[in-house]
Amino acid sequence: MTTTSPVTNPPRRTQPRTPAGKMGKFVDDRLNVAGPLRKQLNKVFPDHWSFMMGEIALYSFIVLLLTGTFLTFFFDPSQTEVVYNGRYVPMQGIEMSRAYASTLDISFDVRGGLVIRQIHHWAALMFVAAMMIHMFRVFFTGAFRKPREFNWLIGLGLLALGIVEGFAGYSLPDDLLSGTGLRIADAIMLSIPVVGTWVSFLVFGGTFPGHIFLDRLYIAHVLLIPGIILALISAHLALVVRQKHSQFPGNGRTEHQVSGERVYPIYAAKAGGFFFIVFAALAALGAFAQINPIWLFGPYQPSQVSSGSQPDWYMMFLDGSTRLFPSWEIRLWGHTLPPLFWPTVVLPGILGAMAALYPFIEARMTRDYQHHNLLQRPRDVPVRTSLGLMAITFYVVLFLSGGNDIIAHVFDISLNAMTWGGRIALLILPPIAYAATYRICLGLQRHDREVLEHGIETGIIKVLPTGEYIEVHQPLGPTDDHGHGLLEYSGTPVPKRMNQLGVMSPVKLIRGFFYPVTEKPELQAAIDEADAAETSQRQHQLTE
Amino acid sequence: MTDDFDGELGFEPAVPATGAEPSAAARGPQRRPTLRRKLAAAAVLTGALGAMGGSYAAFAASSGAANQPSSAQQIAEGRQLFENSCITCHGANLQGVVGRGPTLLGVGGAAAYFQVSTGRMPLAQQGPEANRKPPMFTEAQTEALAAYVQSVGGGTAAPTGNLRGSSADIAVGGDLFRLNCASCHGVTFKGAPLSAGKYAPSLYPSTDKQMYTAMLTGPESMPVFSDNQITPDQKKAIIAYVQNIKASKDPGGEGIGRIGPVSEAVVIWVAGVGALMIAILWIGAKSQ
Repeated sequence: MTTTSPVTNPPRRTQPRTPAGKMGKFVDDRLNVAGPLRKQLNKVFPDHWSFMMGEIALYSFIVLLLTGTFLTFFFDPSQTEVVYNGRYVPMQGIEMSRAYASTLDISFDVRGGLVIRQIHHWAALMFVAAMMIHMFRVFFTGAFRKPREFNWLIGLGLLALGIVEGFAGYSLPDDLLSGTGLRIADAIMLSIPVVGTWVSFLVFGGTFPGHIFLDRLYIAHVLLIPGIILALISAHLALVVRQKHSQFPGNGRTEHQVSGERVYPIYAAKAGGFFFIVFAALAALGAFAQINPIWLFGPYQPSQVSSGSQPDWYMMFLDGSTRLFPSWEIRLWGHTLPPLFWPTVVLPGILGAMAALYPFIEARMTRDYQHHNLLQRPRDVPVRTSLGLMAITFYVVLFLSGGNDIIAHVFDISLNAMTWGGRIALLILPPIAYAATYRICLGLQRHDREVLEHGIETGIIKVLPTGEYIEVHQPLGPTDDHGHGLLEYSGTPVPKRMNQLGVMSPVKLIRGFFYPVTEKPELQAAIDEADAAETSQRQHQLTE
Repeated sequence: MTDDFDGELGFEPAVPATGAEPSAAARGPQRRPTLRRKLAAAAVLTGALGAMGGSYAAFAASSGAANQPSSAQQIAEGRQLFENSCITCHGANLQGVVGRGPTLLGVGGAAAYFQVSTGRMPLAQQGPEANRKPPMFTEAQTEALAAYVQSVGGGTAAPTGNLRGSSADIAVGGDLFRLNCASCHGVTFKGAPLSAGKYAPSLYPSTDKQMYTAMLTGPESMPVFSDNQITPDQKKAIIAYVQNIKASKDPGGEGIGRIGPVSEAVVIWVAGVGALMIAILWIGAKSQ
């Protein structure tokens, strides 16, 4: 069902009779909200599968709030040393901080504690991952263009905060892995020239690890950062409502007209259902896949460290950049610039600034200052698409290098070879990705034009009376005298196979890849009959 | 090895920091291997190939005092195996062959046991590190080889008896493991690479005796953890911890390799994001 906005419903004049209606009237008589609410509920959202990636992030965040609230009942961030006497035998009698002991208690002594902890952690990984793929969608379709630059910036802020929030959560249990991570975070602060030492002292209240840091981090993790994230999400969604959702061009979807489902009931039902799918996926991960087994890592002791210590995936690209960067130590005017400074402070700073400025740079370079409500297909903007793939390639090389010791170990490769391979790949692969993507985009564009001009390949080969073989093409629309299609490319997907005529749903595309999608039997029978009749008629004509 | 020099150069052996009868137990066996090694070397050098005789057997038995005495028959069997399988690289008198293999004089039975029982010896090929592979010799043959190497060159003898601490030692062993071993083997002892193709192997295939002898002798890139550094009881506690964790199930579900964030990253992107991508394609398909 497709509805076109603006929609005006005739006002209801009769008194409500159902219990729900009576309740609605009871509320409306007192709050007088029916008018504005109806307007909101009748708001139309365009529909496309790729628009749901951001929803994954939103629902993961809700799961994080729910599970996180449960965890706060049992977690104690104190760094006071206690002797563990809980149920996990391999830690009994070991001295540890109360933070670590209470995390062990959540895992082994609190009913349902472990599964909630695991869902919380998986949801955190999913939250950042979903934000990132949502960002890719927005980037590659040009949804960040005027007037939506603010939302691009808010989204980047959410991604950055999500990463910080995730790292804070990873650091709270005070196990060996999180302590090692904090040690590295401290080293990154110390690497900042001139002010580094003071920043570190300020954050840790003295030298690392100090006694108060986890308390500070805890409040940041459960109140400060989630509060800011919540506010930014509200602003993000409010802007979507205010500016309306962007949409792909198509039937009834233009720069000035939104087409899609109303918020209530269709969109609400879909979104509500999808929330439970996301929740189910995260719960399944939490139930069946062990994450962050802190009992195997042991309590944090500054004297201990484990090989293969990695941060969670969203920080791994910084670990990778640190591993790949040469150990150049620069001394200038009595100050030291440690090698750690470049890959962990300068590099993410540059990457973040480039991402934030990109909408404005693109507008300047293309001199495009128009309002855009219609999205672009990635192939139609080859430069942007190629730049995006280039950035992703750069990121993936850094990301893989963050786990290069594990890769080296599992695949029996020298770690030195991994490091040098990563360095070379970091410089060579992004330009290759740019060039390859650019060619692919052009190829896809040309294929679209070719199909519009010559029609779809039907797979039927005909022998002409002269002995010539030709393939029959199905034109997509009216043709000129030479049989060339008259349809112009309009930024929408062009059907490439007979299966796709009339259906462009991704599932049917996949299904039709392996065998033809047949219609319902009786309908198919009618079609076959018509075909047969047409064929016989044609043969009849030929024989005449 | 260093223990031998302590005696010869007149150093007092360092008192173990962790206590547990320092001098009597630690010093006694240290002097004996020196004597034994000299006599054994002399015996080899005089070309006493009939060393399986009664006097040699009696000597060998008395010198292995701290551990299970190796019988003359065992040493003879070990020698036979050595001459069949090891002699090409380590030489007829265990003196080593330039370009092929190092001398075994002084490495001791513990090192021989570790290398042979883990399949590292006989070596498949020269490389940054010898890889574990299915052992070529049975346990009895390995012990015979170790006894032979011990009888000729002396050194740190292979331990015998129960090498695993009790369940009360597990927690202490874990703490010691994280302090001494985790920096290379990893906190879940899945192993990790070192530089240039060298690596710390996974401890999952290791037996008690292999771990104990590895700590004693420091094979490949591993440092030696002498009894002064980590006492025998502490070694046994570490082994108790490792074996306990190996045998324990993962309470959180599938362990996904027990290597932490890297495998978790794979799972969230492939299983998590993958499943939800399929879900949104499915929901998106319903819209048209």
